[in-house]
Amino acid sequence: MNHIILELINLRKVFGGVVAVNALDLTVQKNTITSIIGPNGAGKTTVFNLITGSIRPTGGSIEFFGKQMQANHAYIAAGMGIARTFQNAQVFPDMTVLENIMVGRHLKSSSGLIRSSLIPPFFRREEKEIKTEAMKRLSFVGLDEHADKPAGSLPLGYQRMLEIARALAMEPKLLLLDEPASGLNTRETFAMGELIGRIKKMNITVMLVEHDMELVMDISDKVAVVNFGSRIAEGTPAEVQLNPDVIAAYLGE
Amino acid sequence: MGWKNYMGMLVLFLMVAAAPLIIRNDYYLGVLVFAALNCLACIGLCLLMGYAGQISLGHAAFIGIGAYASGYMTVRLGLSPWTAMAAGIFLSAGVALIVGIPALRLKGHYLAMATLGFGSILHIVAVAAIDITGGPGGLNNIPAISLFGIALNTDTRFFYFSWAIVLIGLYFGFNLIHSRVGRGLRALHGSEDAAGSLGINTASYKIQIFVLSSVYASISGSLYAYYINYIDPGPFSVMHSVLLVTMVAVGGLHKIWGAVFGAVLLTLLPEFLSSFSEYFQVIGIEYKPDYDTLIYGLILLIIMLFLPEGLFGGFGDAIHALQGKMKRLREARE
Repeated sequence: MNHIILELINLRKVFGGVVAVNALDLTVQKNTITSIIGPNGAGKTTVFNLITGSIRPTGGSIEFFGKQMQANHAYIAAGMGIARTFQNAQVFPDMTVLENIMVGRHLKSSSGLIRSSLIPPFFRREEKEIKTEAMKRLSFVGLDEHADKPAGSLPLGYQRMLEIARALAMEPKLLLLDEPASGLNTRETFAMGELIGRIKKMNITVMLVEHDMELVMDISDKVAVVNFGSRIAEGTPAEVQLNPDVIAAYLGE
Repeated sequence: MGWKNYMGMLVLFLMVAAAPLIIRNDYYLGVLVFAALNCLACIGLCLLMGYAGQISLGHAAFIGIGAYASGYMTVRLGLSPWTAMAAGIFLSAGVALIVGIPALRLKGHYLAMATLGFGSILHIVAVAAIDITGGPGGLNNIPAISLFGIALNTDTRFFYFSWAIVLIGLYFGFNLIHSRVGRGLRALHGSEDAAGSLGINTASYKIQIFVLSSVYASISGSLYAYYINYIDPGPFSVMHSVLLVTMVAVGGLHKIWGAVFGAVLLTLLPEFLSSFSEYFQVIGIEYKPDYDTLIYGLILLIIMLFLPEGLFGGFGDAIHALQGKMKRLREARE
């Protein structure tokens, strides 16, 4: 049961003279929610960027399903089944909400430049399928009534939901959520927690970077605490909360 | 969404079909042929600028490649115009790959700089490589292209032919934007990081669309050569590239229709304004005022100031606002 889906081994990333991630070890079990918490600037987003291949590690390795990842572009990691959202919700503002999610079906469809320009959209079966699948994800996050609005006009809370729907359209194996609740009010945060719970039930493994401790402790199966790029504690939410190192890091001792 | 564009094409088709029946003047038809050629280049440029968010300041060079490939291969090598045009397409696509690959792998507007330099170089080559291009003297006696055995050597025939090609170009363009690839392009315009995270190979897509837009330009250039049967380096300068970008921007970057609108408008406008540059005499002193340039500039300035989304986008917004106002009025009455 406790199948390991992702393993970070002695991972290290240096930007110029700054060590962003230092000898980080972390394992993520299948169908769990693993959270990474830590003070600002602890290197949490850098870890996500390393996993998704947008930056290359300085040292160490990342193993996904037991295979070492060599992705040096984000799209390669996406092709392996790793989806993500961004700290500053990056929707495509000029496209409609539905079109945003349809972009998420990119890897599940195949027509290229030439085929796309030769055949009009209403004669392409693929196009219909993309739309149907996108509608499913739209309903999943409950944005049905906003389908035809430009994504940029949505309030932040909905934009975050949309980003998740878009990532889910990829049918990923692993979903990385970078501060999905930041900027949300209490009610929206509750809805977000509930949504992440439902994603877990779809057999998608979730990794979470989040500052809202209530949310993290509520939904996580495992919590890793990172400070100055190194892991200082790891365990269930209850274990981590009692760890003296964690308390020290958060109180700034 | 999609249907509107195809309906628009039908309307354009009817307008094109009717135009020579109303405009019975070869000169004006000729102007409309140039409008069509600019349209074609602008549709390609719009796919690149408006959808993929990349700027090319060297598109006139691709028009030039098409024109010179057609001119050289028909006049000097005696190939058929269609073969020469196809060769021009492959040449343009190849050159676009060479220029595009290094420039488009980087984020940001490196393509604008690379194409600007490339456009200048190619213009110099066109002037200097006298053995191939004929230098400033140009290439003469380029044959007319023929379709189904009919030589397209009158203004009316070429008018229909050039606008038919524009319609085909539009058809490909609309199919493309309402597809997986088109959405991918718009996505990378919106956020390159997010597009990459969804599995879109952003560098490859940018290169593909740049090559496609160079093909549009190349066809436009070939048609130009077959229409006026003579080419010299003049029309393929960097200034023409800038004019093409202006056409797309004036029409409205984010809509292909904007490119069509902008290209037609900025081709016709100087013709309408030319009456402002006629000689006139006041108390015995002769004037040759270039008021047309002044008014032209003023119109561009006003469009960009008040309709930053371009004429097409601007009209759309205005109609939208009007509809909203009508709705509110109706609600207020009830």
